[in-house]
Amino acid sequence: MAYAGIVLISHSSKIAEGIKDLITQVVKEVPIEAAGGTEEDDIGTSIDKIQEAIGRADTGKGVLLFYDIGSAKMNAEMAMEMADSENIQLVEAPLVEGSYTAAVESGMGKSVQEVHDAVVKSF
Amino acid sequence: MEFQAQDAIQWIGLTNEKIQANKEYLTSLDQVIGDSDHGINMSRGFQEAVNKISGESYDTASDVLKDVAMTLMSKVGGASGPLFGTLFLKLSTTFKGNDPVDYATFTSGLEEALSGVMQRGKATKGEKTLVDVWAPVVEHFKQENAFQADKILEVAKTAMENTKDLMATKGRAAYFKEKSIGHIDPGSASSYYIFEALAEAEGGY
Repeated sequence: MAYAGIVLISHSSKIAEGIKDLITQVVKEVPIEAAGGTEEDDIGTSIDKIQEAIGRADTGKGVLLFYDIGSAKMNAEMAMEMADSENIQLVEAPLVEGSYTAAVESGMGKSVQEVHDAVVKSF
Repeated sequence: MEFQAQDAIQWIGLTNEKIQANKEYLTSLDQVIGDSDHGINMSRGFQEAVNKISGESYDTASDVLKDVAMTLMSKVGGASGPLFGTLFLKLSTTFKGNDPVDYATFTSGLEEALSGVMQRGKATKGEKTLVDVWAPVVEHFKQENAFQADKILEVAKTAMENTKDLMATKGRAAYFKEKSIGHIDPGSASSYYIFEALAEAEGGY
């Protein structure tokens, strides 16, 4: 069974990886990919890195993107526009709590839209 | 105005020289109201763009600027990557099929670039962003019917200096609220170098 994937976009690779650790402790079946930092792993965001993470997280059921400050949102939007899949949603919710909630919802087999709506409703 | 592939290459080359020479200055502007990486990011992006276009042969200005746009998007980093990438991508798409690019087409290209970047950054005038330099320059191009290097320099410079008194409400600088007043916006400074380079490339300054 495919699950809606989750991409964590942060300026810091440690933040993105840390949230991934936090979530995978309880939700193991949902594809969660970290896109933190620049290509050189400095503080910043990278369209290329986000695109690759989207590709890995999409196992056929679409992807939800969570982001932090500044350029993260803009780079996420660009990566979305450039992606092949239509089934990608940017979620306006706190990065940690939002992605955690999304992982739980996705683990119940919900669609990207259903997960998105459930997360947005909780914040 | 007869803007061709070699003019575009010269324009980007000159822009890169200015960005490299002012790398520290751009970073110092970003230190006060941002995350102090603007100079580093822009110098990396434009250097990569120059490396890319100097290794290829081009028939049109549109093709040159497309490669510039794609390189800036993936190499600049931060918000400046997609923003400056969008500017050059819109110029490229407007110039497509028009070679050499005449004054009217160049003006439409700048207009498209401005509206594209405003959409991408969800920004408008007066928010202490690069829009505050691009908008008056576009206005100047629309008012005239021939390329005037000295006027472009003047308009771009005044516009850049005017960003000093604005309070940022977009981008990372917006987190700094009142603290953002009194400093030139880094993206506006980089945009000034782009137009200074254009004036030199096209006007022989």
